Amino acid sequence: MEKLSDRNNREGIKGWLNPSRYGWERVSYWLQRLTGVGLLAYFVAHIFETSSLTQGPDAWAAMLELTQTPLGHLILLLVIGMSTFHSVNGIRLIFTQGGKGLGNPGRPDYPYDAVSLNYRQKSGIWIALILAGVAMLYGASVLFGGE
Amino acid sequence: MKIHYVTGLGALFVVAVHIMMRLIMPYELSLEYENVIANYHNIPYVILLESILVLIAIHGFNGLRVILLELRQSKAWEDGVTILTIAAMMGIVAYGTRTIIIANGLGFE
Amino acid sequence: MSEQIIEKIETLEKKRDREKKEKEHVKTSVVLKVFRANRSAGENPHFDSIEVPVQRWTTVLDALLHAKQYKDSSIGIRYSCRMASCGSCGMKINGIPRLACYTKVSELEGSTITVEPLANFPHLRDLVTDFTQFFAHHKEMKPYVRNDDSDMKQTDSLTEYVQSPEDLDRFLQFSYCIKCGLCYSACPTVATDTKFPGPQALSQAYRYFSDNRDTATKERMDIVDDKHGIWRCHFAGSCSSVCPKGVDPALGIQLLRGHLLGFSRNEKKIAEKQERLKRD
Repeated sequence: MEKLSDRNNREGIKGWLNPSRYGWERVSYWLQRLTGVGLLAYFVAHIFETSSLTQGPDAWAAMLELTQTPLGHLILLLVIGMSTFHSVNGIRLIFTQGGKGLGNPGRPDYPYDAVSLNYRQKSGIWIALILAGVAMLYGASVLFGGE
Repeated sequence: MKIHYVTGLGALFVVAVHIMMRLIMPYELSLEYENVIANYHNIPYVILLESILVLIAIHGFNGLRVILLELRQSKAWEDGVTILTIAAMMGIVAYGTRTIIIANGLGFE
Repeated sequence: MSEQIIEKIETLEKKRDREKKEKEHVKTSVVLKVFRANRSAGENPHFDSIEVPVQRWTTVLDALLHAKQYKDSSIGIRYSCRMASCGSCGMKINGIPRLACYTKVSELEGSTITVEPLANFPHLRDLVTDFTQFFAHHKEMKPYVRNDDSDMKQTDSLTEYVQSPEDLDRFLQFSYCIKCGLCYSACPTVATDTKFPGPQALSQAYRYFSDNRDTATKERMDIVDDKHGIWRCHFAGSCSSVCPKGVDPALGIQLLRGHLLGFSRNEKKIAEKQERLKRD
């Protein structure tokens, strides 16, 4: 049973919201959570959106009128970026959390740079961000390119 | 945690196929009612859609459950979060499956 | 060959010194913004600004002790060794958990230094926090070598445990932990989850797991394999980035999880198997 005093001085959700203090891995943690929640919200909305099919072509057309707008396309673009980042970073995290790509324990020496926060990890995060950007650019060309 | 990894990788694969299938024709055309309904008449595609539904629902709601479990720690909260997320997951899968079944039975205009 | 290596090391050291000097900000005085509140007296938290003279080698702890000695003797601080060995003077310095004795004023930007108590620890007074829960999590991991094969009663048959340098290297890094609590304060999961043991305790679980003298592997695995256990770490890496001793708790946690997930080779099991094969 938790005691009330245990909560005293806990950073709470504020501790999640300030990702810039501790480096790229913390930013990745924050983005992975944020994109996950965002994608879940989109998934629920998408299930609702497609359910209008069952009410016939008119209901489908009405739904398209609501979603196929510049704002709707911008949201879709954000979803493309979020899903790319979440997927690529997620694959990196599966390896990392299984102890792969982190380096081996050794004898730390001053200035004690942590081997787990290495450039393999950081470049994984950067690649996820770059790929998300590229996917968004491609998405924009499809959604706004008038194909 | 293994279920989170497996559903995540599975979802990535099926969503990739779903998007590729959408890109075989121009975007606007792929949204036309007849074309969308035609997808629901294609059984392999229906299986793909159902897999997306199940995999993302498990992955997404399990992720939400983890976030909520980390927020507060009491038996009532933890049990409540687990029950609610499982109920929401089942609800979404049921609602999505309903769309797939009805759309599969719909004819072309 | 060796001369070339020495020359290379010297060049690297010179480069590092140069970079460090460039980073240092020359100051003659700083303003310490000290968090003040006595929780048991029900005081409202506020910050006191105190100006103290500094030199290039002044640490934040030196500055605080100067303020305590000459400006306000009522400032509550916990400290002991002044050389990053005891882990007592952990506090949030400019928003990041650090050891006050290990942080030079010249390394920090700006002429105002904000010092607050470590987050995620119950607050007692001013910069002092309560480590009871933190130590309880540490104890939960059974932080001692347990060997079921050893028999301390039959002293005639006592022999030392042979460990190779490779065996030692598997856990040595994690045994450098001074329990300063900086990792616990930086962890985003600890920020909300009171049942999560935290990076310090989990990395200690790995320290004993990887020690080939220890045989309590299953017992320790059962402790960490919990709803609020090792699975609540999401590799935000903040613990390792603030650790002042190079323990790298995030590394230990992921390696331990690799074993739980079956991603990594279990060195102990392999050694046991080889031992059995040799006997047979």
